Amino acid sequence: MTALPVPTDRGSAVVTPPLPGVLRLGLVRAGYELRAYARERDAVAFIFLYPVVMLGIFATVFGRDGGTVGPVSFAQYFLPGMVATGVMLSSFQNLATFVAVERDEGALKRLRGTPLPAASYFLGKVGQVLVTALLQTALLIGAAALLWDVPLPSDAGRWLTFAWVFVLGTATGSVCGVAFSSVPRSGRSASAVVVPIVLVLQFISGVFFQYDQLPSWMQNLASVFPLKWMAQGMRSVFLPDGARSMEPSGSWQHGLTAGVLAAWLVAGLVLGGRRFRWLRRDDG
Amino acid sequence: MARDIGSRAVDVVGLHKSYGDKHAVDGVSLHVDTGEVVAVLGPNGAGKTTTVEILEGYRHRDAGEVRVLGTDPQTADRAWRSRVGIVLQSVNDLAEATVEELVRQFAAYYPRPRDVDELIAAVGLEDRRRTRARQLSGGQRRRLDVALGVVGRPELLFLDEPTTGFDPEARRAFWDLVKGLRDGGTTILLTTHYMDEAEQLADRVVVVSAGHVVAEGAPHTLGGRQAHRARVRWLRDGELQEVATDTPTRTVAELTTRFAAEGLDEVPGLQVVRPTLEDVYLGLVGAADAAGAGAGTGDASPVLVGRAGAERTGARR
Repeated sequence: MTALPVPTDRGSAVVTPPLPGVLRLGLVRAGYELRAYARERDAVAFIFLYPVVMLGIFATVFGRDGGTVGPVSFAQYFLPGMVATGVMLSSFQNLATFVAVERDEGALKRLRGTPLPAASYFLGKVGQVLVTALLQTALLIGAAALLWDVPLPSDAGRWLTFAWVFVLGTATGSVCGVAFSSVPRSGRSASAVVVPIVLVLQFISGVFFQYDQLPSWMQNLASVFPLKWMAQGMRSVFLPDGARSMEPSGSWQHGLTAGVLAAWLVAGLVLGGRRFRWLRRDDG
Repeated sequence: MARDIGSRAVDVVGLHKSYGDKHAVDGVSLHVDTGEVVAVLGPNGAGKTTTVEILEGYRHRDAGEVRVLGTDPQTADRAWRSRVGIVLQSVNDLAEATVEELVRQFAAYYPRPRDVDELIAAVGLEDRRRTRARQLSGGQRRRLDVALGVVGRPELLFLDEPTTGFDPEARRAFWDLVKGLRDGGTTILLTTHYMDEAEQLADRVVVVSAGHVVAEGAPHTLGGRQAHRARVRWLRDGELQEVATDTPTRTVAELTTRFAAEGLDEVPGLQVVRPTLEDVYLGLVGAADAAGAGAGTGDASPVLVGRAGAERTGARR
């Protein structure tokens, strides 16, 4: 076995190079996270295909006799909700579950013992979520256009709306996911705790139903959470202007959408930053 | 403060830590000098891991003074973490990444990392570099843990129960790896519950039991001269007789003379046994437990009646 010498230059004139930058390490982490994520094949398949499959089922079941929602086909009406739910799966559900598992397995404890800054760890997670959410959304939109003839917007203004709703929604979902990862008591219970919350939100936020036909108390409840606003923002991208009349408020409410998402983003940052645990609960 | 604290690699004075009403660490003081290898030895639940995790900055202490590389680990920053290497108790993370990916990634965290290829070779994982961590054997995983712990060229390395659950061959290979680090000048604080491991690796041993330090010293002086005295045993009228002595040759000569006077050429059942370090250690821990439980039998030196241990020694040789 070869000796592993430690340079004994401490105290001499040799200058220790500076610690690696937070951003650069964030990129290193993002690359690593993406590779590790791609290797969890079952999870990737589920998270990527789930919105496409759901859209297919809804478009087929409800649209079989040429039925429509107002001026648009069922496939077109449900596409925005599926885009929003896909973003939530890739960001919130993914991080709330995987960070809890990493904590449980001791991966976070190991990282805590290195000079890796917490910010770089989180940047890596956000990078991984952004890339996977983008791929997943592209797959969903492509499938909607090719398989169910959903017309896609052609003007830049709508794609700009898409961009900010997507980025803000992904960031909010990621931050809230990391914050929520401290709630499950163990990695094994993480899915059981996270999935029902996601499902309930999907139902009350108009992902699976026509939103304006939900009871108003349900609409009000959904308005507290980000998913409803992401779905509404995406409807403003993929539905014609005429569909605005189907919104309970009669408007796309872009300002309010940005406000609610940003509020959750800040709340998630504050809570997640303050309550984040590197160690398991039973471990100190 | 009683003395100048902080000039050593590790300095701990009067450390206390409780969980509820359990005193996991109850007044531990210890130190590690730069370049030294110190083993903290003790049974499960003795407070070893709690102590070490306070030194690593994972836990907050209730009382006491702690300096690690001159810094209080409770307030440590990234620069401090880049000078300390930590190998935790065995955990099952990292499953979907390969050996090389992991070492390369951890190397990126440090200002002056080791060469990744050299390090993988040094821990004996050259032919496993593209293997995912999940598929490594227990011993290989532990060597990967060490690689990740030392990739940043730490001045001080913590090893928490590095070989628990190893087969003998894997332990020997692992010891060689740690000796390589030691010979390269790394200061090491390791915890273990194996005396032979401490004997192999450590310059100094600190024995901890029930949250206290019960003995400290070089492996061969542990427990004092008394604990290492040879025992001479023989049979008289079918009953086992035993004396502890520093001069067993003389004792045997006296016995020979005495039995010769009775017309016997042989001393019946003659044995000379020396306690192994394991015996000494078990004696120390046993004595601490007995004292802690308030169940002292009046026999102040369990080491000297460590019958089972001594007989095992005889059988081994």
